[in-house]
Amino acid sequence: MQQRETFYDVMRRHGITRRSFLKFCSLTAAGLGLGPEFAGKIAHALETKPRTPVIWLHGLECTCCTESFIRSGNPLAGDVVLSMISLDYDDTLMAAAGHQAEELLEQTIEKYDGQYILACEGNPPLNEDGMYCIQAGKPYVEKLRHMADHCKAIIAWGSCASWGCVQAARPNPTRATPIHKVILDKPIVKVPGCPPIAEVMTGVITYMIAFDRLPELDRQGRPKMFYSQRLHDKCYRRPHFDAGQFVEHFDDEGARKGYCLYKVGCKGPTTYNACSTLEWNDGLSWPVKSGHGCLGCAEDNFWDKGSFYSAVTNFGVMGGAEATADKVGGLLAGAAAVGVAAHAAVSAATHIARRRSEETQNG
Amino acid sequence: MATTAHDIERKTPKAVYVFEAPVRIWHWVHALSIVVLSVTGYLIANPLPSVGGEASQSFLMGNLRLVHFIAGYVFAIGLVVRIYWGFVGNRWSRELLYLPLWRGQWWRDLFEEIKYYLFLRREPTNHVAHNALAQAAMWFFNVVLGLFMIFTGFALYGEGLGLDSWADRLFGWVIPLLGGSQSVRMLHIVGMWLFIVFAIIHIYMALRADIMSKASSVSAIISGWRIYRD
Repeated sequence: MQQRETFYDVMRRHGITRRSFLKFCSLTAAGLGLGPEFAGKIAHALETKPRTPVIWLHGLECTCCTESFIRSGNPLAGDVVLSMISLDYDDTLMAAAGHQAEELLEQTIEKYDGQYILACEGNPPLNEDGMYCIQAGKPYVEKLRHMADHCKAIIAWGSCASWGCVQAARPNPTRATPIHKVILDKPIVKVPGCPPIAEVMTGVITYMIAFDRLPELDRQGRPKMFYSQRLHDKCYRRPHFDAGQFVEHFDDEGARKGYCLYKVGCKGPTTYNACSTLEWNDGLSWPVKSGHGCLGCAEDNFWDKGSFYSAVTNFGVMGGAEATADKVGGLLAGAAAVGVAAHAAVSAATHIARRRSEETQNG
Repeated sequence: MATTAHDIERKTPKAVYVFEAPVRIWHWVHALSIVVLSVTGYLIANPLPSVGGEASQSFLMGNLRLVHFIAGYVFAIGLVVRIYWGFVGNRWSRELLYLPLWRGQWWRDLFEEIKYYLFLRREPTNHVAHNALAQAAMWFFNVVLGLFMIFTGFALYGEGLGLDSWADRLFGWVIPLLGGSQSVRMLHIVGMWLFIVFAIIHIYMALRADIMSKASSVSAIISGWRIYRD
């Protein structure tokens, strides 16, 4: 019986030295928040386990997930993971094209039925039988369903695949639909963000192929290791929030002093992601560090919740309502006050009128 | 017109012990917690102008949040105790907990009471504790809205305590259900405004009843005795 090749075999074949390989293992263990002993475990798993193929599909999307992924802050991680997955199918990254590329999908199903990981970037539009996204002459949703039927697990890359993102924003003309509402019978790991952080992506994919299981997920299907806290919880400007020191305008003294961006609409307090710890581009910066509030891009339906520059926004759950929570509430309270005042006036008038008529009757 | 027994009864000054001590204490503690929660909650959503100086010298938002959380506990525990009292207290203490929708008389009372407040009926309906309209309002604002604020409030509180904290385990499911953290926050704010609407109408109705009806209203929630005057 022919031995299936391991990840290590593949990496060596691609010219990656053992030294680089071990570095990658320890960096990945650190990135996943695992203890030092896990570096050895990752190395051992990658050396001995048969390689899990990864198929990377692209639906309705802007490819920013791939752009983020190939700019992984640690070039080593990027290269290694890239060489592991570009072998199989990723229409943006692979050398093959056209019929040759599409054949690879069928070959993977034949050889690795029920064993490969399906990484989905973007989502399928369901309106008009899926005609808004055509690949190789067929609606993308058909390709997604076909590949999902034979896969072991799915990674939903980015906010498109996880929640729907901009193409699913109201009124969602193409009925763009997140993966978990189309594929119901496979385990799905959501890695939201627009795009997700590169190290989060390489970390999740390495965990899945090295340990052969899904990372621990939260209630909404996101890996706990990266999505268990809000940006606000680990934000370096948090002391200014607690002190009550805020940027009121982007050109004021508070902005120069690096105060909290909550009052200019930072969504850090409501956004679950690892930006404030991992940061972006090899730890170079992240939105709050550059002086702009978080938009909340890793959150469900963040496009439809009103202004990016206001702390009190729409609900994002009430169809066409564009008023903020404070406007709606203030209007209700105002209406109540006016109603009460009017009612009191009429009550007083009738009360007095009644007294007078009683008095005249009695008198 | 001959004087009936009914008229004599109504003309005789009479008092009923309606609001037992736990109900009265709860009423005022709950009212105070709602005031504190609304003021601090509003300032958490719309912070005051920035404080100067070093961040280490001030803890304004931190303290506002702390007071909000403490008042939230008082509100929640108070409502739980009040619901418990509905089971062991006198018969009027149960009126807050449920609406007797199956009773035809209740619906007739509701209709008559609405007519009264629209000035289509001269005399109010006569009830020891709450008329049908008041009972419906008490039930909606205290039980329904109160529980909504407790569920959304502790869900948001659980976000700060962290994943797998007790608040997250018990109430964390509310957040995805209502469309995410930001949506829950905004609905929680609308809940506050509804409490303000309730407070405006509640205080007006109580004062109005005190002045215009024959039953005491404001003093009743202080002493517990509903006094009927001629």
